[in-house]
Amino acid sequence: MRRGLTWFNATSVALGFAFLYLPILLLVVYSFNESKLVTVWTGFSFRWYGALLNDKAMLDAAWVTLRVAFLSATIATVLGTLGALALVRFGRFLGRTVFSGMIYAPLVMPDVITGLSLLLLFVSLDLDRGFWTLILAHVTLTMCFVAVVVQSRLVTFDRSLEEAALDLGATPTKTFFVITLPLIMPGVVAGWMLAFTLSLDDLVIASFTTGPGATTLPMKIFSQVKFGVTPEVNAISTILILVVATGVIVASLITKRREVERQKAERLALQG
Amino acid sequence: MAANMTSADTRGSRLRWLVIAIPLAWMLIFFLIPFFNVLKISFSTRARAMPPYKPVLTMVDGLAGLFDKLQQFTAANYLMLVADSKYWLSYVSSVQIALCSTVLILLVAYPIAYGMARAPRQWRTTLVMLVILPFWTSFLIRVYAWMGILSDEGLLNQLLMHFGLIDQPLRILTTNWAVYIGIVYSYLPFMILPLYATLEKLDETLLEAAEDLGCPPMKAFWKITFPLSLPGVVAGCFLVFIPITGEFVIPDLLGGSGTLMIGKTLWYEFFNNRNWPLASAVAVVLLLILVVPIVIFQNQQQKQAEKAR
Repeated sequence: MRRGLTWFNATSVALGFAFLYLPILLLVVYSFNESKLVTVWTGFSFRWYGALLNDKAMLDAAWVTLRVAFLSATIATVLGTLGALALVRFGRFLGRTVFSGMIYAPLVMPDVITGLSLLLLFVSLDLDRGFWTLILAHVTLTMCFVAVVVQSRLVTFDRSLEEAALDLGATPTKTFFVITLPLIMPGVVAGWMLAFTLSLDDLVIASFTTGPGATTLPMKIFSQVKFGVTPEVNAISTILILVVATGVIVASLITKRREVERQKAERLALQG
Repeated sequence: MAANMTSADTRGSRLRWLVIAIPLAWMLIFFLIPFFNVLKISFSTRARAMPPYKPVLTMVDGLAGLFDKLQQFTAANYLMLVADSKYWLSYVSSVQIALCSTVLILLVAYPIAYGMARAPRQWRTTLVMLVILPFWTSFLIRVYAWMGILSDEGLLNQLLMHFGLIDQPLRILTTNWAVYIGIVYSYLPFMILPLYATLEKLDETLLEAAEDLGCPPMKAFWKITFPLSLPGVVAGCFLVFIPITGEFVIPDLLGGSGTLMIGKTLWYEFFNNRNWPLASAVAVVLLLILVVPIVIFQNQQQKQAEKAR
């Protein structure tokens, strides 16, 4: 087996990444287009970003979406971390198969089914649909993703550290907050970010479970897109892409630096 | 001392019970029980009221009234799904589109994942990061980006006409071609990542041994690399097949009126026709179609999680 890249490998990777990135790149480029026609380039302009600032409905939707994403991601992270602990730490318990099924199934469940079933639940319970039902729905969807991410961190975790703390007389709660939580933190943070972006992104479940007064950004974008391609949607998309990409890159750089520092500290400890 | 120990133990077990009970209760209330509710409503009749279905089970009229209402449940919605070809054709075409696009995605993703796994070690983290990054950006926006490329006066048609390959714009948007392109594009990372994970762990000494024994590279690929990557292939296929079958956004935005997919049918039945009982029946049957792949997917995920421990 030859090491490194053959021409075939290099080409397939390059073409693959071109395919993944070209549409997004074009979308960003055309958000700076002067013309109202998205596909004809007439000149560079910030016109559509200006239009966005005056579009109160769009800004309101963005604010609702951000609040929903922040709250639901935070609740989902707590619940998902508990779920991951239950799956990894507690071995066999009554209902474990049902439980792990309920953690994995939502990952692939079509949105239309989840959305419809949650809506019918809210109607049966006579809950007023709006901001809070939206949060309940998004927590349900995203806590499973958090559980899976945190679980992958928990399985590679050195149990002896926890056992040492317990042997030294720390209570299980204290052990969790002092030892376990800091060590699984990268997983918890990644889980929160995933939950946040999934909530930010969701159109289908939000359309089913929200009510008047809580229109989200994807719903707003969707209704505009239905009437055709408009540069304003390109502009808002560009802002969203920029925000998410910056968040992901900064988070991964911080994690990487922490990891390097940790390794350095370990080496020093071993030498000392 | 001993008494102290037991009190700490009971506190520990109560804590353990809480850690399990809170997420379990949440998922029971918001994930499992709602399905039974959908099942119930799929047997009701449409009504001009809020909620727009009847009967609504209440104890207001006492037990006799409840029995009376139970008799109002009907299988008419399911008969409708069989009788009207629009519905069963949607199921057939969804499964067909999902199967074809799963194969397509596998064909596109495999060389990419293979190349990534063979890239120099110091590049690999960055490459994985680059695959994940588009996945973090909005699904809706990525589908929208293709509308601008594939439309009649879109960039692809402009490019093809510019080079004189065609004189008239090709109709791609609002056809199933656009749906396939959108699906392959949107679900590609879900296939690349599990494939890469298995290919990266592949023991290369096996391939060296095959080469030393005179096995041609192509044969070595089919005899060694591919069989060993099968767990990744299976995981990737289920990860894309199940959600594609119920996909709504892609067929709605990129497909035309001729694109039948069950997610779209359910959406229109619910939002445009406001026929909640029929939409519920559509969802129940879709779930029945997907239940086998979902259970296989769960078992596989569980097995992988156990193995990692």
